[in-house]
Amino acid sequence: MNDTILSVLIFTALALAALGAVKRIGLWRQGRADATSMSVGELIASLAKVPRRYGVDLHHVVARDRYMANTHVATGGGFVAAALLMVVVYGFGIDSAWLGVLLLLASGAMFGGALFVRRRRLDPPARLSRGPWMRLPKSLLVFSASLFVMSLSLVLPEGVGGMISGGILGLVLVAGIAWGLLEMIVGMTGGGSRITGPTKHAFAGALHLAFHRRPARFSTRDSAGIRDSALLPLDLTNPEAPLGVGKPSDFNWRQLLGFDACVQCGRCEAVCPAFAAGQPLNPKKLIQDMVVGMAGGSDAAYAGSPYPGDEPRRAPGQHGGGPQQTIVGASPHARPAAQAVDSDSQTVASGPIQMKAAPGAAGEATDGDKLIHEFKVLVEPETLWACTTCRACVEECPMMIEHVDAIVDMRRHMTLEQGATPGKGVEVLDNLIATDNPGGFALEARLHWAADLDLPRIAELQAAREAARDPRPVEALLWLGDGAFDMRNQRTLRAFVQVLRAARVDFAILGAEERDSGDVARRLGDEATFQSLATRNIATLSKYRFARIITCDPHSFHVLGREYAAFGGDYLVNHHTSYMNELLAAGRLSLDATRLATLGAVTWHDPCYLGRYNGEFEAPRSLLAALGLEVREMQRSGFRSRCCGGGGGAPVTDIPGKQRIPDMRMGDVRETGAEVVAVGCPQCTAMLEGVVAPAGEAEPQVLDLAELMARALVLEASTQGLATSTTQPTDAEVAA
Amino acid sequence: MKADRSSVAQQASAPLEVVSLVSLGQHPVSGRLRRAEQDARALELCLALERQSAPGAVSLSAWHASGSEIALGSEQDQALRGYLGMGLESLTLVTPNAPGAAPLKAVDQPVVDVWPLLVTRLKQAAPQLVVCGGQGETGEGSGLLPHLLAESLGWPLVEGIVAIESCDGAHLTALQALPRGQRRRLRVKLPALVSVDSAAPAARQSAFAQARRGELSTLASGELVHDAQAETFGVAPARKRPKRLKRIKATSARDRFKAAAAKAEGGGGKRLEGVSAEEGAAEILKLLREEGVLR
Ligand code: SF4
Ligand code: SF4
Ligand code: SF4
Repeated sequence: MNDTILSVLIFTALALAALGAVKRIGLWRQGRADATSMSVGELIASLAKVPRRYGVDLHHVVARDRYMANTHVATGGGFVAAALLMVVVYGFGIDSAWLGVLLLLASGAMFGGALFVRRRRLDPPARLSRGPWMRLPKSLLVFSASLFVMSLSLVLPEGVGGMISGGILGLVLVAGIAWGLLEMIVGMTGGGSRITGPTKHAFAGALHLAFHRRPARFSTRDSAGIRDSALLPLDLTNPEAPLGVGKPSDFNWRQLLGFDACVQCGRCEAVCPAFAAGQPLNPKKLIQDMVVGMAGGSDAAYAGSPYPGDEPRRAPGQHGGGPQQTIVGASPHARPAAQAVDSDSQTVASGPIQMKAAPGAAGEATDGDKLIHEFKVLVEPETLWACTTCRACVEECPMMIEHVDAIVDMRRHMTLEQGATPGKGVEVLDNLIATDNPGGFALEARLHWAADLDLPRIAELQAAREAARDPRPVEALLWLGDGAFDMRNQRTLRAFVQVLRAARVDFAILGAEERDSGDVARRLGDEATFQSLATRNIATLSKYRFARIITCDPHSFHVLGREYAAFGGDYLVNHHTSYMNELLAAGRLSLDATRLATLGAVTWHDPCYLGRYNGEFEAPRSLLAALGLEVREMQRSGFRSRCCGGGGGAPVTDIPGKQRIPDMRMGDVRETGAEVVAVGCPQCTAMLEGVVAPAGEAEPQVLDLAELMARALVLEASTQGLATSTTQPTDAEVAA
Repeated sequence: MKADRSSVAQQASAPLEVVSLVSLGQHPVSGRLRRAEQDARALELCLALERQSAPGAVSLSAWHASGSEIALGSEQDQALRGYLGMGLESLTLVTPNAPGAAPLKAVDQPVVDVWPLLVTRLKQAAPQLVVCGGQGETGEGSGLLPHLLAESLGWPLVEGIVAIESCDGAHLTALQALPRGQRRRLRVKLPALVSVDSAAPAARQSAFAQARRGELSTLASGELVHDAQAETFGVAPARKRPKRLKRIKATSARDRFKAAAAKAEGGGGKRLEGVSAEEGAAEILKLLREEGVLR
């Protein structure tokens, strides 16, 4: 009798789950469609990729936390196996002792895993969400225990088995299994209701792996996945299309699917520098807010850490939205896009805060929209502007969610549609538009620091070579970057020129033809200015012949090397640390390590745009080793390096928090006891040098790797003349 | 937005017509065309006025006078769109009847200007309030335009406005900037022309998408004419103006601070109240003679 009940329960649960799945898929499909729609063949091919992407790529991330990885394999694996067996055994009533043994093993493994889940939940770290997640270990234990005992009846002799599966005990067991089915199977998709359970991540996560927007991140049988970190270009060709993401349904459907996959593990929260600094950003909450927006409703059910600061206003329940409602509210400046103008005037909100429902404003009103009336906004704009685009969250996310893409998409809307870039951001963008550099300087001023260095301009060099019928391209084009306007970075550049001359590199610069790479404009959401700068830079670069581009700025390095490709600029670009490492390996540099003997211990601050964005962790470290320096790694280094706070336009938008990100990073440096922090980025240098040491503590020196290299250079007699001209002023400045 | 649901009394009457005059600006370092700094601030003031008034109470239009047509996508077009990006749906180009057709035969008198066109157009449209920047960044940039317009229209001109506090169709209450951050509240009878300088609040960001979507509509408004006034100008290379040296009398830091923070003292001067216009004018003439402005 109980078997019949079980079988009915199982099929009911499966039916409800299927119903919910259809509904959930409908939610995702509110997002923008791909440029080309998917054929059935592609759909199946995508789904077929899931096992590998799960087993290899996702597990690679999960395995950084051994405890959780093992727990998850036992619990999740046990559950999937148990659920399948259960359908066979109890659903279809095919019982055999063999299947019973398997079921025992599966539910046993699951029970074991669930015990560890429970242990973690006894005193959960702050990054974990509570709420239904605190219920989960109980559900897991009850379900697996019930199933285990129930399946004992399959293996034990008839009489004993009947005693277990029948009668009162049987009913209790069935109830336990029913609880589990409700939590784990129905909860996976919500069963058509608006309430989903923690296991939603398994359903949405598997599909997210199949339909991820950046397939290059995943490994295939013949190639490893890459750090696919270039922002995706925004199509600016249609003047009528609203730009960026203003409402949840403006996301690509794959992005919505990705948000829904979030398992609320809070790993992103734990590494986010803005969150740690008390700025109003928490990547986990942000993703959850996007889920709220997609489904419609308020964030009241969110049970994790809120956005830091300003407690009453940021407490859960204060924000909400719907798929067709603006995420940050209407800008005080905005005139809505043509098709969004509504005939009945209540649509247009009067300010960034209070906004009304906009029935049928654009697209049809959905269920989600009908629910929301009283909420102000889904996300406050400061949340989106606090991000430094350091990608630490993306790196840590086991569900492969792309936070930075989402944030930049929403920034694009605020900048391009609303004209609402905060702080000094507007000034920087206006300068970029009017003068091609963020400071509003004349482009010739980029070279003032090199007045005495006689740096070869590529235009002249190439002309001279053409005249002399010399077919050689320039060996390296030195991209100076906007750091060239900054006095501190000019010292780095001089040091690097010194290294290049010592290695007799045939290099040249663009001179006044160089513009800003467009990095800041792009991260501030001004894709129009970025594309304008990019296309003009590419046009300039196409006039010249060079083997590669080298630069001291990881941001330029990333943009030139990764993001120009979409606009037709394909170059070999090297960061100066990689290039110096190459020169060293080729024996073109000789170093005298004893010159740095007095320097003390050194630590290396991995710039995000070099490390996490582009995977260069080795070159700087091997240079430091070659310099004979004692390297003390910070706790957060390598792919886990903590951002200095200088990326993504964060220094110009300057969202207030409890402390400053560079102060925290300098704290990391001080913890190692190193006397010098070696850097490889003008922005990092500026951020870290701007830190004032707490009273009584010595401030570690901030030195670029190029400066360290220049100090240890041994000059051959023939290069002496060339290099001394750069040495003297540099030393004088260092001494000053 | 429609005005019908507002119950403000002034709603019953026609909306207040406000015209913001905008010109082509030029970045001082790169020389690239852009929206002009002061004109953008003037438009910002108008937009703020529109926002603070009841919906529909203010009808704002922005005009740019141009002697020739502006090609879509040209540098001029891009620069003018900077104003559209501030949230305007359209910008009116006030052009001569046959733009670019060079109707002027006299080669020896080449100075033509578009300001007479603006006068013609303003007379036709008869707005209550015209707002513009105090000084342009391209062309002559002499700062004369507001004066020429006010003179031709016979309207009062108020310079250096930093905020329009209220406007009721007959009068305008505005704050005028004085040196050292002082402000003076003025009540001006409409129609009037007000100009804005760099003391006014900075203009909002120009949003790319709005700029692109906005419309530039051409409005032929008369014939190009000679600018007789400009033809009498002598043109000479700019000289750096000599700066008056300050004699520092203060001996202590405290005195120096006080001197720097003190209000400009009136000292001389006379306050005339309740005198007739003739008496007032005579007093002013007398002062100008004393100061050697008029000889
Ligand atoms: S990119 Fe960095 S700053 Fe931005 S949300 Fe992720 S971790 Fe936080
Ligand atoms: S790391 Fe990924 S899955 Fe975990 S909470 Fe953050 S977004 Fe969600
Ligand atoms: S400045 Fe350096 S550490 Fe900071 S965001 Fe850029 S790359 Fe990252």
